[in-house]
Amino acid sequence: MNGADLLALAGTHGLTAADLLQLLAHFAVLSLLAVGGAITTAPDMQRWLVGQQGWLTDAQFGASVALAQAAPGPNILFVALVGWNAAGLAGLLATMAGIMGPSSLLAWGVGRWGQRNAQALPLRAFTTGMVPLTIGLLGATAWILVQPSRASLAQAAGAAVLMALTVVLMRRTRWTPLVPIAIGALVGGAGFA
Amino acid sequence: MNPGPTLDAPRRPQSAADLFRVFNRLALQGFGGVLPVAQRELVEREQWLTQQQFVELLALSQVLPGPNIINLAIVFGDRHFRLRGAAAAVAGMLTVPTFIVLALTLVHQAFQNQPVVAGALRGMGAVAAGLILSTAFKLLPTLRGNAMGTAACWAVLLGTFVAVGLLRWPLAWVVLGLGGTAMAWAWHRLAAQATTP
Repeated sequence: MNGADLLALAGTHGLTAADLLQLLAHFAVLSLLAVGGAITTAPDMQRWLVGQQGWLTDAQFGASVALAQAAPGPNILFVALVGWNAAGLAGLLATMAGIMGPSSLLAWGVGRWGQRNAQALPLRAFTTGMVPLTIGLLGATAWILVQPSRASLAQAAGAAVLMALTVVLMRRTRWTPLVPIAIGALVGGAGFA
Repeated sequence: MNPGPTLDAPRRPQSAADLFRVFNRLALQGFGGVLPVAQRELVEREQWLTQQQFVELLALSQVLPGPNIINLAIVFGDRHFRLRGAAAAVAGMLTVPTFIVLALTLVHQAFQNQPVVAGALRGMGAVAAGLILSTAFKLLPTLRGNAMGTAACWAVLLGTFVAVGLLRWPLAWVVLGLGGTAMAWAWHRLAAQATTP
């Protein structure tokens, strides 16, 4: 059995070992760019995986994020699903090792360095400058996530209503996010989003 | 011995297995994000951190790039049992939830060609977008005290949205270009603030 057979067994959907390395490397770079959490790199993941490499469809990408939000656990697991959908178990390991590796090493190092230097000017300049960028990235992520609903005007309108309803529920009530997620599944399943 | 700010919390994890158990428990309760649960479990239930210590740990985890809650698990785990503690906390957070989310995906893959399922996922995607937007709205008030000034903040925010969301520029350029400019401007303003009484 050669290497290609092994990759096929692992369900890599035709991605070669070189492709997997590229996947790992791309996510390793995103790891260090993920200011404000992993979800802020979602627009770039979508651009690269769906638009540039063609390893994933828009619907698969959207489903990965939606399923990870609906399941318990850290939101970072959407990265595991993105990898799984692109290249099976090998893809999952590549994307998760990539997105967690460099940032974890940095967190570990800075954690040991301690919080003594929290008031240092470079650190404060970094935080001050990055906050508006992070918020802009969250907006871009939301924009990317409703991409699959932009096929028709009616679906786009439905998606906009769902999005607005979720924002209102999250800000005005103390309900668990499972409530809007269930509403979204029902409304979408009925063909309105 | 553990020097540093964890000393004055009422209790502390007894072993790496203890860390795994608690981080697994808090991950399994976190629908749509784990951070709010982390506060309840680590501060109120286990009393491994005081409220103040939690906020400081959270701030550090958020400043660093990468998944915030994973950063928090690494720094907290490392403080108690060094590398073993960090690994136990992260493994506790990810192992069981990964299997759950994979099981959900397999179910989804089996039925994804049904229009109802595809529609349901589109609807859930719109809700996920709403959840992320509400996080963005929650963060907006923090811009008020930002040393860069309101106009500069909104320029960076909207510039990022347009460049990444609409023009689809690679994130690396935007973080280095726009983010770098913002940081330089913030540095300049913070330094000016420090010199004027």
